[in-house]
Amino acid sequence: MLSATGRSTLRIFGELGDFARFTARGYTSAIGSRRLGRRLARAIYEQGVRCLPVILIVGTFTGLVLGLQGYHTLKGFGSASLLGPLVANSLIRELAPVLAALMIVGQAGSALTAELGIQRNSEQIDALETMGIDPHGFLVAPRLLAALIVYPIMTAFFALIGLVGGWISGSVLLPLPGSVYWSSVYRAIGPEDVAQCIVKALVFGGLTIALCCYNGFTAHRRSTTTGARAVSASTTRAVVFSSISVLAADYLITSLLV
Amino acid sequence: MSSPDTPPSAPLLEVRGLCKNFGDHTVLHDLNLVVPRGRLLTILGKSGTGKSVLLKCLAGVLVPDAGDVLFEGRPLSSEDAPGLAAFRRRCSYLFQGNALLDSLTAWDNVALPLEQATLLPKPEIRARVRDALRRLELEADADRYPSQMSGGMQKRLALARALVTRPEIVLFDEPTAGLDPIRRNAVFTMIAHSQREFGFTAVVVTHDLPEALAASDRVALLVDGTLCFKGAPAEFQDSASPAVAAFRDSASHLAGQIAAIRRGEPVPADLA
Repeated sequence: MLSATGRSTLRIFGELGDFARFTARGYTSAIGSRRLGRRLARAIYEQGVRCLPVILIVGTFTGLVLGLQGYHTLKGFGSASLLGPLVANSLIRELAPVLAALMIVGQAGSALTAELGIQRNSEQIDALETMGIDPHGFLVAPRLLAALIVYPIMTAFFALIGLVGGWISGSVLLPLPGSVYWSSVYRAIGPEDVAQCIVKALVFGGLTIALCCYNGFTAHRRSTTTGARAVSASTTRAVVFSSISVLAADYLITSLLV
Repeated sequence: MSSPDTPPSAPLLEVRGLCKNFGDHTVLHDLNLVVPRGRLLTILGKSGTGKSVLLKCLAGVLVPDAGDVLFEGRPLSSEDAPGLAAFRRRCSYLFQGNALLDSLTAWDNVALPLEQATLLPKPEIRARVRDALRRLELEADADRYPSQMSGGMQKRLALARALVTRPEIVLFDEPTAGLDPIRRNAVFTMIAHSQREFGFTAVVVTHDLPEALAASDRVALLVDGTLCFKGAPAEFQDSASPAVAAFRDSASHLAGQIAAIRRGEPVPADLA
């Protein structure tokens, strides 16, 4: 029992160290990687443009629900005019970075884990090595850099469309005047809120895409499964670990910045 | 082509005392092998005897647990990252499953090693890619993706990618696996023809005996992780070694074994 616990602990710390080394190598290998621009553009397209419809839909409904729930709750205290600050603070500080990250992980992160896992299984990554091409620079670096660009932009889109959703709930479907809503939103958002939002988006982007790349890249190392099942297991692992890491990192950053 | 600090008369590639284990399982045991410059060496053996593992050790993809692989007399294990990259620029590897990048077109697959691992100017890269595709009759398919090509075309595309860097040594991992006899002959003819034309040293791993004996300058037989035979194809044909005879004469034993099975006699131990 004791030795099994020790072995598991060592394995977990070993894998954490391996992940940290993998991520560091992914970023540093970008320096010498040739024709990075074309691969970076493709990664931005996959993580950004292709995820935009989901971000906009989820952002709209999040804002709609926040507006609806917030209006009726605040109305009970005679403070319906505070709906704008409630929606704005909830979205910008917490919901936009967290939900945008989870949506990108679900759509682009899972796809890139599966793609890398298949490339590992079909020896495409070995082939890059034998050609003298660093697979980290070729496959991982553009995706990590794209995440740092895409996550803040997608988070901003999520927050903006969420604010519109809150306005639709509070001022179009319910009787709160639009001018009250937008003026209170404007007053409620400070530079520290925007900074917290950007920090969270950058951390979530760097963390989740690195986790997705790592799980795809090491699909052949799954001891219990091989082949297609290893790719499937790696994809599941990537999505689960990324989602947990987003929520854990969110708590840590909030507790540091609040 | 030799580097200035290459020991005189060193073979192009040499294996000394190579051992490779996966967990408790020993795949290769104390292998010694010399790959002569400019020749076509074939490594024969049954499936699962460690042929592909040996080839990956030769390519530097797998690291031996003991012993070493020497390129022009210099151990690969002592090379730093730039040294290993320089070795890889002079060596190409043709994977059993081709390992073509499925998100790239035929043109981009062939151009990839030149764009990413050399400093050649773009016009030179374009000229080399066009030349490689033309030589392997793939010029008209340059814009197609590997998934849109037949198995034979994919094999030719993988060969074009392997040869476009003008390597000094090409490692072929079961290039005829899963092909019919006519295509097997065509692939071996293509390898032998390319080897004569480009002058590279070739190491081919296969279990296709007749084609290998016809195309090779040297053959080696790997049995259970140990090299049982090294020599010319004619010596292999005449060898009295039981391991060589068992591999060489397996086809002629087939008729007798089938007849015995049909007579209801016990299945031979090595088939059971």
